[in-house]
Amino acid sequence: MRLTYPDSIRIIRLPCTGKVDVIHMMEAFRKGADGVYVVGCLEGECHFLTGNLRAKKRVEYTKKLLDDIGIVGERLEMYNIAASDGPRFAEVAKEMHERIKALGPNPVRGAIQNRRTA
Amino acid sequence: MIVAERKPFDEITGFIKDCKRILLVGCNECVTVCYAGGKKEVGILASALKMAFTKEGKQLEVKEVTLERQCDHEYLEEIRSIIAEYDSVISLACGVGVQFMAEKYLGTPVFPGVNTLFMGVTEERGVWTERCQGCGQCILGQTAGICPISRCAKRLLNGPCGGSTKGKCEIDKDLDCAWQLIIDRLKELGRLDDYDELIPIKDWSTERAGGPRKLVREDLQP
Repeated sequence: MRLTYPDSIRIIRLPCTGKVDVIHMMEAFRKGADGVYVVGCLEGECHFLTGNLRAKKRVEYTKKLLDDIGIVGERLEMYNIAASDGPRFAEVAKEMHERIKALGPNPVRGAIQNRRTA
Repeated sequence: MIVAERKPFDEITGFIKDCKRILLVGCNECVTVCYAGGKKEVGILASALKMAFTKEGKQLEVKEVTLERQCDHEYLEEIRSIIAEYDSVISLACGVGVQFMAEKYLGTPVFPGVNTLFMGVTEERGVWTERCQGCGQCILGQTAGICPISRCAKRLLNGPCGGSTKGKCEIDKDLDCAWQLIIDRLKELGRLDDYDELIPIKDWSTERAGGPRKLVREDLQP
C-alpha cells in the first residue's frame, strides 16, 4: 500500500487496548505529549472480548480529567480500526495530527521547556 | 465497606495552591476497593496535580505513599519520619483516616482528597449502594436481613408507607421500596407472620443522635 502518515506520531504497541489505563494516558501528557490517541480493534471484534470497550470508557474518563486540569480533553481520542484497514489508519493519523496542530502545544510541555531554558 | 469518591479537582488544588512539596497518602482498604483512594488513584492524582502545577509555571513535588490502613496507629506511624519534609498532606482515605492522621501529626496540614459517602456494597462493577447507617442496634433479624434504616427513605420501622408503588419508592422510580423487599423476603422464608409483629419505637441514643460514639473492650485493652 505504501501509505504515508504524519511523522509526528509515535506508535506504542500493546497486546490489547484493554491494557491502557488512565495513568498511562495521564503520564504521556505529563511528560509533554501534545496529543494521544488509542487505536483498538473494531467494537465487537476484540480478541479479548471487551478490551476495546474498557479502553473507550477509560479514555472518556481521562478526557474529563484532562479538561479539569486545563489540558483540554480533545487532545485525547479513541479510534476503532480493523487491523487490515491501513488506509483508515493513515487517515486517522492525519486527522489527529491536524486536530492537535490546531489546538497547539500541550501547555505542560511549554512550561517544561521554559523551565529548562530558564 | 466505606464508599467514597474523589473530590472535584479544583477543590484539591485549592488546598495546596501555595505548596511546593506534598505527601499524597492512599489507603489500602475500602477506598481502594471503591477506586477512590488506593495506590492507583494516588498515582493518577499525583500525575494530574503535577501537570496542573507545571502548566501554571510552578513546581510541585509529590511523594506517593499508600498505607495499609489510615485508621490504625501502627500504619500511620510509617510516615512519621518523613511527614515533616512536606508542606501538607492530601489523604485519599475516608474521613476517618484523614482525621486520625490530622490528630497524630499536628504540625502538618492534612487535607481530604475524597468525599466520604456511605457504608455500602459493590452492587456491580462501578455501582455502589448504601446498606448500613451504623445505628448501633441492628434489627436485621426481624426484617429478613434487609435494613429499613438505611434503605427506606423514611427509615420506617413498620412499613411500607403510602409512597410505595409497584415495589419502588416515591423519591426515585429506580429505588426499591425497602419494605417491599422485606415483605417479599419474609414470604420467601415462610415467615410472613413476623410482619404482623410491630417493631417498637427504636432507641436512637445508640445512633449519632446520642453524640459521638465510643466502644471500649476491656478484655482487649493492654
